[in-house]
Amino acid sequence: MTLLATLARVEAAASGRAQPLATVRHRHLAEHPMVFVPLTTAGEAGAPLGALVGTDPAAPTLLTVPQPRDRDLRFRFLAELADVLLPHLESAQDAVETVPRRSGEAAERCVDAPQLVVPNAGGVAFVRLLGRSMRFRRTAEEDPDAPHPAPARVPLLGRWLTHYGERARVPGSALLLSATELLTRHWATGQSPLEDQHLGALLAWLRAAEADVPGRDGGDGRDGGDGRDGGGGAAGARAALRAETERDAEGLLRTPPAGPATDPAFDNQRLAPAVARYDAGVFGAEAEIRTLLATQLRPTWDAVWEALERVRALPPGERVAARWEGDRWSYTAHRDRLRAGEPPQPRRDDAVTAARKLAARERDQARLSAQEALDDPLVLAGRRLAGEAFAGEVTAVEEAYSTGRRPMPRPLVTVRTGDEPQLAVGTKVYRVLPGDGRTQGGECAALPGPGLVTVRLTGGMGRGAQPAAGSVPVAGDTVCWTLFEHQPRGGPDLPDPEDTPWTHGGPPAGGPEEPDRATGEDLL
Amino acid sequence: MTATDHRPGPDHAARATQPADGTGPGTGTGPGAAAGPGAAAGPGAAADPGAAAAAATDAILADTLSHTARGVVVDSPPGAGKSTLVVRAAREIAATGRPLMIVAQTNAQVDDLVERLATAEPELGVGRLHSSDAHPYDPALDRHAQVRTSAKAADLAGLPVVVSTAAKWAHVRPPDDVPWQHAIVDEAYQMRSDALLAVARLFQRALFVGDPGQLDPFSQVGTDQWAGLSHDPSASAVTALLAHHPDLPQHRLPVSWRLPASAAPLVSRAFYPYTPFRSGTGPGERRLAFGAGADGSAVDGVLDEAARSGWGLLELPAAHTPRTDPQAVAAVARVVGRLLAREAVTADERTPRPVPLTADRVAVGTAHRDQAAAVRAALTALGVTGVTVDTANRLQGREYDVTVVLHPLSGRPDATAFHLETGRLCVLTSRHRHACVVVCRAGVPELLDDHPSAEPVTLGVPVRFPDGWAAQQTVLAELGAHRVTQA
Repeated sequence: MTLLATLARVEAAASGRAQPLATVRHRHLAEHPMVFVPLTTAGEAGAPLGALVGTDPAAPTLLTVPQPRDRDLRFRFLAELADVLLPHLESAQDAVETVPRRSGEAAERCVDAPQLVVPNAGGVAFVRLLGRSMRFRRTAEEDPDAPHPAPARVPLLGRWLTHYGERARVPGSALLLSATELLTRHWATGQSPLEDQHLGALLAWLRAAEADVPGRDGGDGRDGGDGRDGGGGAAGARAALRAETERDAEGLLRTPPAGPATDPAFDNQRLAPAVARYDAGVFGAEAEIRTLLATQLRPTWDAVWEALERVRALPPGERVAARWEGDRWSYTAHRDRLRAGEPPQPRRDDAVTAARKLAARERDQARLSAQEALDDPLVLAGRRLAGEAFAGEVTAVEEAYSTGRRPMPRPLVTVRTGDEPQLAVGTKVYRVLPGDGRTQGGECAALPGPGLVTVRLTGGMGRGAQPAAGSVPVAGDTVCWTLFEHQPRGGPDLPDPEDTPWTHGGPPAGGPEEPDRATGEDLL
Repeated sequence: MTATDHRPGPDHAARATQPADGTGPGTGTGPGAAAGPGAAAGPGAAADPGAAAAAATDAILADTLSHTARGVVVDSPPGAGKSTLVVRAAREIAATGRPLMIVAQTNAQVDDLVERLATAEPELGVGRLHSSDAHPYDPALDRHAQVRTSAKAADLAGLPVVVSTAAKWAHVRPPDDVPWQHAIVDEAYQMRSDALLAVARLFQRALFVGDPGQLDPFSQVGTDQWAGLSHDPSASAVTALLAHHPDLPQHRLPVSWRLPASAAPLVSRAFYPYTPFRSGTGPGERRLAFGAGADGSAVDGVLDEAARSGWGLLELPAAHTPRTDPQAVAAVARVVGRLLAREAVTADERTPRPVPLTADRVAVGTAHRDQAAAVRAALTALGVTGVTVDTANRLQGREYDVTVVLHPLSGRPDATAFHLETGRLCVLTSRHRHACVVVCRAGVPELLDDHPSAEPVTLGVPVRFPDGWAAQQTVLAELGAHRVTQA
């Protein structure tokens, strides 16, 4: 957490209102994202209980499992889920554009990619779990002898959800987003990051930020003694505590948890008796369970859409669309693998795949941090405060040339800054050129005095003997240099998996994966 | 009690049932392996540290040159002559006529190795493979006629030894014919598994040398999904290698030539509890003294304590502070300032006559870069120049006469995994030849008690001993005996 983010949290806690962490939106939001609010069965890993899913906030599709321990009912749920999700996930496969690749060949890329939004990090993990539990299933068509054949499209949905779940690990990606991650990226609350995972509590802080009177959140005044009340500015904390703990006369949470786990009181008092009635064959029990689950899901559903609206209200960052291109490539690549008839994603990455993923994610993390700072002065301020960037006015520009057979312009630009960058002579610095947005490189040539930095420009001036017009700042210009690269490159090429060296166990064994020995039939 | 009294007492001897040698035949010495009968217990039992170290080196070279195993792993505690071993092994491998590549982790390490190799054997052709950046290597290397430098591996083909960083080697395509027959991987515990994966196709067999007690490699992004896999890309190169080849011969160097007799027992006990080592010098062989007397301040008091015992703890009043705690930073700067102003002199086994302690032999270690920057600024304000100030990560592998450490947990309200990391404290407390002064806010033991280590345990990941929490407690308990309190 940057010092500025810490300050925002402290201010939020003091004022009782969420504080902005960004002035622009740093994640791509699709026009019509698919929102998926899942619930899982307590004590039964991977047994879905129900879900609200859809692209229209007013008309979600409710899917429920009346007896989560019944494998056939579970498959029915997954088949229904596939009927809703797959058309969305497959909707962008055929609209393509042709783009030149660096190698010179042309490549096909989908012009858009479907987006999936879940309430919180638990929802993202549940998407991964569903994907893992479905993608190795065999349908009756694939394997007529399988004892419990899966419905036709379930393995395919598993592969899509696995891909989306894996993509969500890539910094800055937006194929699969969680509402809490979206909100906490853009606002700071006065509670802990753990508490921020409660979507209801998080939104309570944000709503408090809009309340007219500081310290008053429109509450009924009953809840002054909640222990979080630090005096005048406790509106957000009070509202958040209410969202987390307030129960109705029957002891049920007024704001149900955003899942996938359910409120134990709801499980015990409502769900368990209803499931028992269903097991006993009582008429109407299944409809009752549907109604019950809807009461738990609907508030979260509305909360996710509220979160999306709040984030959508921010103007998108300049480089968000470029990052979304990465997601479109990812979507296209998965489409191609499916079309090529490749087997489902393996249970575990082999050595080379794991190393490649890690290298790509580290590059994307560096790129994301740089791009967010360039897109957003508030984020940049945090980097300046940390000594990773500095801004100021140009006080002098001195012509200079490189030594060598063909002297190139290497002007010396002196900047007066109030920032305290962690510079030494020779440190590389970067700035965005006004106009075309390209990056200009330089290096710290001298630190001539307190608050003064002299930068030797080393690039971005064209190939001529004179710098290209506009590429060298003049005295009086305001410039901002960063110590971090704007387009960090990835690491080196790794060997192909079949060339895995001896140090890492040699090439992975080919062929289909063996089931776990401990759980013979289970390919989870 | 002072640190010079730390000849192994009964307590230490009881812990140190493992001989610090690694010289026994076979040397399949994992932490729990039984000691050979000839290697009797306890530091002090083996008569001559030089002989013990020489025996270990001979065993390592025998395994390396015999070609019975594809890899040989050498664990080296701080200052145990790792670089000397690498240079010697390189010369002996080169003497057999097998092309050798050396993989180090930073350009400074590569330049240092090339310099040592060239000095040790002026006839040996050494290639320095470097990046295509503006100042890719230390220009001092150019004065060695035998050293050829290039950004292209092809230009260096045929040289007996080629040295470069792991990052640069990763861009070298394997040659069409035979890759390098032998490699030496230096600082292998600081190299990540994925970096080894990128270079391992270049060589047939390798000697892996490193210090398991220093900082583990890390990643800025989450790597939990691979935890427990034998090829977890974020693990260290040695971890991955041994996970796939547990039978490779493992050795360790038994003697720290850097750490004084006052420091080796503590560092060994706190950070290498199952693989103890000893100092190459005995009590009293390293001496630090001051030309000017003390002014009665706490700063001078802690310097006197450090000169006498090898350790000093300057304790500031308990407080929760920002990372760049202004008082602690000022105290660190004053300690350094007084150390130089009081005309410190050192004497040791190399230079028995006292020589003045110069600023370039002093280092300040911190946990964070902003702390280092704050200390640098404070030193500049005091008019002190030439002192190295850096984070633990960057001080790895370096050696100084006196170090001043800003304790990683000083002033913190919490003890995170980052600040508890064993390697961080180990690096900070094992850089010195004479004395180490730690500056810290009071209350760290209580902080540790409030934050028992609660890292998740992952299946398939060997639990590391000691954990940072235990190591911190051990070090603090020892430092407590050398405490000087500043109001």
